[in-house]
Amino acid sequence: MADNTSEVVFRIRRFDPTSDAEPHWEDYRFACAPGMTVLEGLKLIKEKLSPTLAWRSSCRMGVCGSCGMFINGRARLACNTQVAELESDLVTVAPLPNFNIIRDLVPDLFPMFQAHLEAQPYIIRDDTAEQQQPSGEYWQSAHQLEQYLQFSYCIKCGCCMAACPTYATDPHYAGPMPLGQAHRYNSDSRDGGFAARKALLSGERGPWRCHFAGECSRVCPKGVDPARAIQLMKRQLVFDYLKLSKQPCPAPIAKPPAGLKRREGIPEAPPRTIT
Amino acid sequence: MIENKGRPNRLGLKGWLGGGRWGFERYLYTLHRVTGLGLLTYFVMHIGVTASRAFGESAWVAAMGAVKGPLFSVGEYLVFAAFAFHALNGVRLGLVELGFAIGAPIEPVYPYRTSVDEQRPLAIGVMILAAILAIVGGIGFLN
Amino acid sequence: MRDQELWTWHIGAGAVILVLLGLHMTVMHLEAIVRVFNPAPGEPVDWANVVARGKSVFFLVTYVLLLGTALFHGFYGLRNILFELNPGPATKKTLSGLILVVGLALFVVGTWAAWVGFTVARGA
Repeated sequence: MADNTSEVVFRIRRFDPTSDAEPHWEDYRFACAPGMTVLEGLKLIKEKLSPTLAWRSSCRMGVCGSCGMFINGRARLACNTQVAELESDLVTVAPLPNFNIIRDLVPDLFPMFQAHLEAQPYIIRDDTAEQQQPSGEYWQSAHQLEQYLQFSYCIKCGCCMAACPTYATDPHYAGPMPLGQAHRYNSDSRDGGFAARKALLSGERGPWRCHFAGECSRVCPKGVDPARAIQLMKRQLVFDYLKLSKQPCPAPIAKPPAGLKRREGIPEAPPRTIT
Repeated sequence: MIENKGRPNRLGLKGWLGGGRWGFERYLYTLHRVTGLGLLTYFVMHIGVTASRAFGESAWVAAMGAVKGPLFSVGEYLVFAAFAFHALNGVRLGLVELGFAIGAPIEPVYPYRTSVDEQRPLAIGVMILAAILAIVGGIGFLN
Repeated sequence: MRDQELWTWHIGAGAVILVLLGLHMTVMHLEAIVRVFNPAPGEPVDWANVVARGKSVFFLVTYVLLLGTALFHGFYGLRNILFELNPGPATKKTLSGLILVVGLALFVVGTWAAWVGFTVARGA
C-alpha cells in the first residue's frame, strides 16, 4: 500500500524513435508523497531520475485533456489519478493505446482530431447573415439544453478511444469521441446540420460498429458518457431511415421581452462597437 | 496535411478479449460475438442436414443417424445455451442500442452514473432469464 | 446499402428471429411442455412429425421467413466482425460479394428443401 512513508515504482513505457527499435519498460523508484498524482510522479522522475522522459500535460487539474495515459491497465488522466487510489506499489504508465506512439508517453492523436473535424463539431445553420451579425440569442429551453449539455463537457482527452474495443482493431471507425460530439451538435436545438453530418454517420465510419461494450463511458474522466450519446444517435438515425421522425427546425431567435419598463436610475448600454 | 507519424500501438484483437479490468458489459459483448459465430456455424450445417428431408424418409433417417451420439448431443445443447444467451442479450442490445433503458442525458456529477450503470439491472435480469432458459432446455436434453 | 440501412434491418431481423427461433426451439426442445407442434408420438425429429409440420402452410412460411432473416442477421454480423479486423478495400469488396453469394445460395437450398418437403408431404 502506498502511504506517506513508502516508495513507489513507476514502470514507464519508454520509446525514443531516434535510438530505440522497440518500446521497452523502465523502472523508476522514489518516495511517494501523500496525495501525489501520477503526473507529479512523472515530473519528479524528469527532474531527478530521467530528464529525457516526454509526455503531454498542461492544466494539471483535469480540464485540458492533455495527459491521457494508460495507467495500471486503464486509460486515465495522469493529473486526475492519485498514486494512492491505484492501491499498488507498482504504477505502470504506458502511452494511450490505439494511437501511434510519437515518443515515450506521447500518442499521435491526429486521427482522432481528423475524425472529430469530419463530424463537423459546430452549429450549422442556414442564417449565416444572422450568425455574422447577431441580433439576439437563439431561444433554448432548459429541457433542450439538458439534451446535449452532458456531451458538451468532453475535453477530447482520447481515453474513450483507448478503451473502445472496436477502435482497437478498426481505424476506420470514427470512435466514441467524434461520434459523441456529432450527437452533441445533432441534439442541440440551435443546430440544423443533421443532414450534413449524415455523410459521416450513415456509412461504415458511423456509430454502427459500436456494440455497447460501454468501456468509453466507464473511463471518461468528465462523465460525458459517449456510449449514451452514440446509442441515442443510433435511435435518431434509425428513425430517420424509417421516416418515423422529422428533424425539427433549428431554434429561432429569441424575441426581446415586450412591455417591460426600465427601472429608475439604470443607465443605457454603451453604443455598439462591432459593425 | 500532417501524415500519421509514430510507431503503431493498437491493441488489436487483444482489445477484443479484454484483460480482467474491463466491465461486465464488455465481456457480454465478447460472449455475444462468440455465440453469434457459433450459432452461424451450426446454422450453415443445419441447413445442409435438414435439407435432406427433400429426398425422402430414408435420406432423413440417414442424416439424423449421422448426427446422433453423445458428442452431437452436447454440441446441440451448447447451441441451445448459446441461443438462450444470444437471444436474450440481443433483446437487451436491441433496446439499449436504440437508446432505451440507458437513461436521459443528465448533468454529470461525480461519482458519475453512466448509461452502463443505468442498464445494469436490465443486463442482470436478462442474464438470469438466459440461465433459466438454458437450464429448462437442458432438462429436455437430459431426457 | 449504407450501414445505417443495413443495421436497421439487422435489428429488425433480430426481433423477427427472436419470435420464430423461439417457436422453433419450443417445437424441438420444449416438447415436454408444449406438444401441439409434435402430433405424432416420439421425438420431434421423427419422420412422422417432420411430415406433419412439412405439410403445414404455417410452417412453410415461417421456416422460409426464419431462414431468410437468420441468414441475413448472421451473415451481416459475420461481415461486421470481419470488417472490424481492418482488411483492405479490395478484400472488403470480395468479402461482401462472397458473403452475399453464399447467403443467397443457402437461402435457395433451404427454400427449395422446404418447398419440396411441403409438396411431398401434401402429396403423401
